[in-house]
Amino acid sequence: MSWRLWVPLFAFAAFVGLAAYQLTQPKDDFVQSGMVGQPLPYFDLPPAMDGVEGVKSGTFADGEPRLLNIWASWCLPCIAEAPQLESLEQQGAKIVGIAIRDRPEDVAGFLAQHGNPYTHIGRDDLSEVQLAIGSSGVPETFVIDGQGVIRYQHIGDIRARDVPILLDELEKAR
Amino acid sequence: MIAELGLAALWLAAALAALQMIAGFLALRAGNASELAALIRPAAIVQGVLVTFSFAMLVWLFAITDLSVKLVASNSHSLKPLVFKLSGTWGNHEGSMLLWVMVMGLAGALIALVERRLPERTMNATLAAQGVVSLGFYAFLLLSSNPFERLPVPAAEGMGLNPLLQDIGLAFHPPTLYLGYVGLSVAFSFAVGALLTRQVTPDFARAMRPWVLAAWIMLTIGITAGSYWAYYELGWGGWWFWDPVENASLMPWLAATALLHSASVLASRDALRTWTIMLGVVAFSMSMVGTFLVRSGILTSVHAFAVDPERGTFILVLLGIFIGGALLLFALRANTISEGERFALASREGALVFNNVMLSAILAIVLLGTLYPLLTEAFDVRVSVGPPYFNPVGAIFAIPMFAVMAVGPLLRWREDRIDRIGKEVALTAALVVAALVLTSLLTEIGLLPLLGLAFGIGLAVASWLPLRGRNLARTPLATWGMVVAHFGIAVALIGMASESAFTEERLAAIEQGDTATVGLWTVVLEGVEPVAGPNWTAVQARLSAHYGDGEARELTPQSRNFWAPPQQTTESALATRWNGQLYAVVGDRSPDGRWQLRLWWKPFVTLIWYGGLLIALGGLLALIGRVLTDLRHRRLAARIAERRADREALA
Repeated sequence: MSWRLWVPLFAFAAFVGLAAYQLTQPKDDFVQSGMVGQPLPYFDLPPAMDGVEGVKSGTFADGEPRLLNIWASWCLPCIAEAPQLESLEQQGAKIVGIAIRDRPEDVAGFLAQHGNPYTHIGRDDLSEVQLAIGSSGVPETFVIDGQGVIRYQHIGDIRARDVPILLDELEKAR
Repeated sequence: MIAELGLAALWLAAALAALQMIAGFLALRAGNASELAALIRPAAIVQGVLVTFSFAMLVWLFAITDLSVKLVASNSHSLKPLVFKLSGTWGNHEGSMLLWVMVMGLAGALIALVERRLPERTMNATLAAQGVVSLGFYAFLLLSSNPFERLPVPAAEGMGLNPLLQDIGLAFHPPTLYLGYVGLSVAFSFAVGALLTRQVTPDFARAMRPWVLAAWIMLTIGITAGSYWAYYELGWGGWWFWDPVENASLMPWLAATALLHSASVLASRDALRTWTIMLGVVAFSMSMVGTFLVRSGILTSVHAFAVDPERGTFILVLLGIFIGGALLLFALRANTISEGERFALASREGALVFNNVMLSAILAIVLLGTLYPLLTEAFDVRVSVGPPYFNPVGAIFAIPMFAVMAVGPLLRWREDRIDRIGKEVALTAALVVAALVLTSLLTEIGLLPLLGLAFGIGLAVASWLPLRGRNLARTPLATWGMVVAHFGIAVALIGMASESAFTEERLAAIEQGDTATVGLWTVVLEGVEPVAGPNWTAVQARLSAHYGDGEARELTPQSRNFWAPPQQTTESALATRWNGQLYAVVGDRSPDGRWQLRLWWKPFVTLIWYGGLLIALGGLLALIGRVLTDLRHRRLAARIAERRADREALA
């Protein structure tokens, strides 16, 4: 009889052990795209505002590796990563932007305030391209090689320490 | 100054909780001879007053939007309507924890004030246990989540409250759930107190029962309101998602339901002693485990609004101390508690034990399903457990439980024969079978909704049978409560079955002036206009809907954009009829100018929440009945004591 009285305590101890173990594990909230290693799907996006070029899959097929930055003017982390994008551009990276669910005047306002590192900016009003390339949020940055194949995905805003990593990935994609 | 007052009151309350704990345990060791014993009750009362004062200060800070306080700045906004400023007080981690300790302090004060039935030793042990639990939460608040923390530089403007939470539903949903959780902490303290002094008596069950009842009523209302809130606010048209947080509120409810029934057996028949104690511990563990799962961010949930592994660690440690300690005490002490009265299988107790086992099984299933992703993640496998698991596996135990629920209340205590209630059993069985056959002949629906509908109908009738042959005017309120609550279960069950069996959905992209139909409803998109609220702008669709040939009703679903913080929410529009609800959501505009419209016709869906309210009403009737009876007994006892004193004086 009496051993049964210990069962609840042991079951509870097992729960606490499991929970404690999980608390010490780093939490991985990122949804990795299944498209890494695959060629970009076909798309053709109109420009996000006047005076810039739109983005289509052909943009990436000229042999030059590029960064594809998924962003939006309404996204706060995008403001935080703007200086890093600037510095990537200064170090020779070609950056293509896709503005998600955005308005031309907001895009223009954002770029005027935080700088414009982009060679092209496409406008994706229904997140169609975003979903097609397996991005689950803004901002995200992809490395696309010269044949239009997705090589690397960075989820979340680009911090200073990510800049060399991205430059390295660009170099590898060459 | 207000923040500092609140913080000071909180520290003082914590000190009093420590005093309550130490004095309680010393008194337990030394008997009432300890001089400190006299301090225990006053300490509990003053602690309740102080922590209430502290909470009132926080509410005040939110009311005046004092942006020099970090919590206000990060959760409120000067533009918010006052009612949401106030409800914002508990719409965040720190504030909700303060609400938790306040309710706990008030509960402790109330027991200290009124509970005189139990032996003083057990009372001291109970209040000491209450002191331990409170102290843990005070430590949590003061050391890791101080709600009164000031900012070095006051913020210019607040960050605002999550727009999903800017709803009148939020003003009441968390506080009611908290009242429920905390009520269970009182039951837990009683259980620990009784374990410490080994006095598990019917009196203990009677003292504990109103707390369990009150907690259970609050949980029922909280879950019902939460479910309705999710239903109309989240715009998915569903009313239960088996989200970890929903499970976190369902699990204590299941445990409290079991506890309620086993406490009744203990109070009336002095049986099921250790089982009642165990349930008392389990019920509170479930509320703590729920809090832990939500706050630690260990599971992904739509409700995880205060995710922080450090806080998670703190709660886990508290959980380990409280629940681990109580379970250790249980393992050491339970076999010294003598077995209670015996009873036959076919008896009221037998039915209640069956119900308890089934409820515990369902609880185990929900717990397992909730924790399973946590377990597999340890092996790097990500899974999500949802309705395909919970619904059928839960039903395996729920269906027999409903069957016994229909006839159990008709049985006599201790020993009875099934054939004595043969007529009633036959009637209920006939109803269930008839409903099964008729429904499956008339329509084609899934097995679970079919069973739900049939048992719901059988139970709806059977739940009233205990009143048969009774003088209704003299039937105790508690019996009425049972009848109404069981009837409520049947009503909710019919609603759930009907919703899942007969819901019709229509996704349409239509232009202005076009028509969409769903069920017998015809919906015309009259127009789409922008509208503005105090802190949002919205696109509002004007729909004119009519049911069959009925009169047209205007529906105005919105797609709202909040600007503090920026977020888009959908405001669904509902048209309620006696036989169901039309649910309309407006979506985005497609490039060709058509509007996406999502319509559901949900027959009898409202029964789910009416059922929930009936269950709570039943609980309330029972609670009032119990308290009134208790008061009458007290008055009687006082009069007898008075007479005896008179007689002695005369002699």
